[in-house]
Amino acid sequence: MNKEHWTFIIRARTGWFDLKLGQLWEYRDLISIFVKRDFSTAYKQTILGPFWHLLQPLVSSLVFSFVFSYIGRIPHGEIPSVLFYLSGIVPFSYFSDCTTRTSSIFTSNANLFGKVYFPRLAAPLAVVISNLIKFGIQMFLFLTIWMIFFFRPDNVLHPNLYILLLPIMLFIMALLGLGIGLIISSLTIRYRDLTNLLGFGVQFLMYMSPVILPVSIWPEKVQWITYVNPLSPIVDTFRYGFLGISGFNGMHLLYSFCVSCILFLLGILIFNKAEKNFIDTV
Amino acid sequence: MSKDVIIEVDKVSKQYRLGKIGSGTFAREMSGLLSRVRGNKSAYSNLSENEQEILWAVKDVSFNVHQGEVLGVIGKNGAGKSTLLKILSQITQPTSGEIRVKGKMASLLEVGTGFHAELTGRENIFLNGAILGMSKQEIKNKFDEIVDFSGVEKFIDTPVKRYSSGMYVRLAFAVAAHLEPDILIVDEVLSVGDAEFQKKCLGKMKDVSGQGRTVLFVSHNTTAMKTLCSRGILLKKGQMIKSGPITEVMDYYIGESERKNQVEHVFEEDKRKEAQIIKVSVVDDKGIPATSVDLNKPFSLMIEYLIREPISGLSAGLSISQATESVYLIASNEAELNPEKLKARAAGYYKNIIQVPEKILNVGSYRLRTGLTSHNNIYDAVDDIYFDVYDSVGIFQALGYAKKNSVLSMQLQWNTITSSLVQ
Repeated sequence: MNKEHWTFIIRARTGWFDLKLGQLWEYRDLISIFVKRDFSTAYKQTILGPFWHLLQPLVSSLVFSFVFSYIGRIPHGEIPSVLFYLSGIVPFSYFSDCTTRTSSIFTSNANLFGKVYFPRLAAPLAVVISNLIKFGIQMFLFLTIWMIFFFRPDNVLHPNLYILLLPIMLFIMALLGLGIGLIISSLTIRYRDLTNLLGFGVQFLMYMSPVILPVSIWPEKVQWITYVNPLSPIVDTFRYGFLGISGFNGMHLLYSFCVSCILFLLGILIFNKAEKNFIDTV
Repeated sequence: MSKDVIIEVDKVSKQYRLGKIGSGTFAREMSGLLSRVRGNKSAYSNLSENEQEILWAVKDVSFNVHQGEVLGVIGKNGAGKSTLLKILSQITQPTSGEIRVKGKMASLLEVGTGFHAELTGRENIFLNGAILGMSKQEIKNKFDEIVDFSGVEKFIDTPVKRYSSGMYVRLAFAVAAHLEPDILIVDEVLSVGDAEFQKKCLGKMKDVSGQGRTVLFVSHNTTAMKTLCSRGILLKKGQMIKSGPITEVMDYYIGESERKNQVEHVFEEDKRKEAQIIKVSVVDDKGIPATSVDLNKPFSLMIEYLIREPISGLSAGLSISQATESVYLIASNEAELNPEKLKARAAGYYKNIIQVPEKILNVGSYRLRTGLTSHNNIYDAVDDIYFDVYDSVGIFQALGYAKKNSVLSMQLQWNTITSSLVQ
């Protein structure tokens, strides 16, 4: 038979890196509707609605201020403690939200995946985008508080051009969150235990980064731990850009970018593999 | 083959490993993986071959579908119909073989896939449409038509969780009905909703095929099959045993199932199903399973099923028709007298014994169908259980007939009032 032009072929095995990006583009409307769905259903039948997005980081930074700054007396220079913690929590929670939501992508969409075909990557992509909206809202909160302090006569904030790196930081965190999330989600198909482990994992990453404890107060012997954590350079860069503390290190940011890329590719690879026969296992 | 072949299914097989999927410990998996990497077959990998039962849900199935054709896929439960459709819909991969497809394909294995209870009817139309592969623009263009078809205009901005189940299904089907793919794959969706709605759906399906689009159709509704499909393929235990004009395949199928006079119909356990019918039997008045029962005595139907995960809204239903007709004489649901049963039910084994009073069904052959359904989902369905009714007394023989010339054999009380004529 001469080679006819079939639209697509279903066969047993496809390449490892068959990302179907073209198809993903065709389904862009689906992604945007998923984003809308996530956003509008997150706080249905709550009184405060999207204000919860603001309350979460605000409350945790107040708690951190009380516990770590006031009681624990952890130093963070002249920077107001609320702003210090908020500048760690806001970027970090973008990462942690991406990771946790992506990691349950198979279990939360089991019904959908079992009944209809669409490029499966659409679901995690929608997660990353809808979290971006949430991040935007939280960023608004951060900037509001930031401005309150910035326009006071005793201002200690020194914002600089490194603020412009924000999109890159978000990109790295999205890659990292997707990567880890995809790996976990693919493995949870078989080992549900991992979902429980993930909670600890994310918390561990937070404590092993400067979100709460600035690197300067870590004993020098163990400081390397924070530098292994790919999230530390992001928190540091964020703080450097907006507050003018903790310093910027290009090499560290590059390292974090590389780790994220590797985990992302690995995640895609495993996800692609898992996605194909997931419905037979769940 | 001619140019207008639009789907080419080429030796497609799908294998399932029964037994211990995912329950093996992590350490064991790892050791298995390690030895595979090393290239030698470990004790574990040999063990697994023996331990795991291998089931070919679909085996070496090949057929072609032509442009504009409506192909019916027929087969008993467990014959591999659903698996075949799942492979075609790209929900699961075949173990071997290839399917080549021309054009845009959409599949309807369920109505209302992805509906979100908190969202309004309007939002759900967009969500569901996009999931089924429509673009936003396409949905916008057809929006009014969809709403019109569904008949829920008034509630279009109400969250669908407040819909009645009928409205929900109508809205869901309305979206599906306005898909315009080149190839449409439909599985049983017509079995939900009331009779009028089913008619509407069938009409819509006819339109679709009339427009030159190709449809692959699986249903237990034989009448729908006969009127809609032009060609059929018959699956049995994963293999295709017949293909050809629909009437031919259908006759072959009915002939084959009638020949088998099983007393108890036991179905292989399929762990993939959340709820499954495992045994159906017709039991005479003495409690003995039978293929024929006496008209003069009550008999019962026994339906045994498993619920593997807690489900709410599920109920078992049954219908009885004459063996050669499709009109239901009796339709009944376990929740009709006891709506409590629709509440959440725990996983477990359930057995229903349904009493059928004497002198309802007349002498003849009957066909029993049963299913486990919720308002928008069919968990399992069993068809083609045939049984006979005979008359040991001859209730109508006194009048010189072998049997009543009615479908039912009910005897009515005639109270006669008489008075003599006065001359």
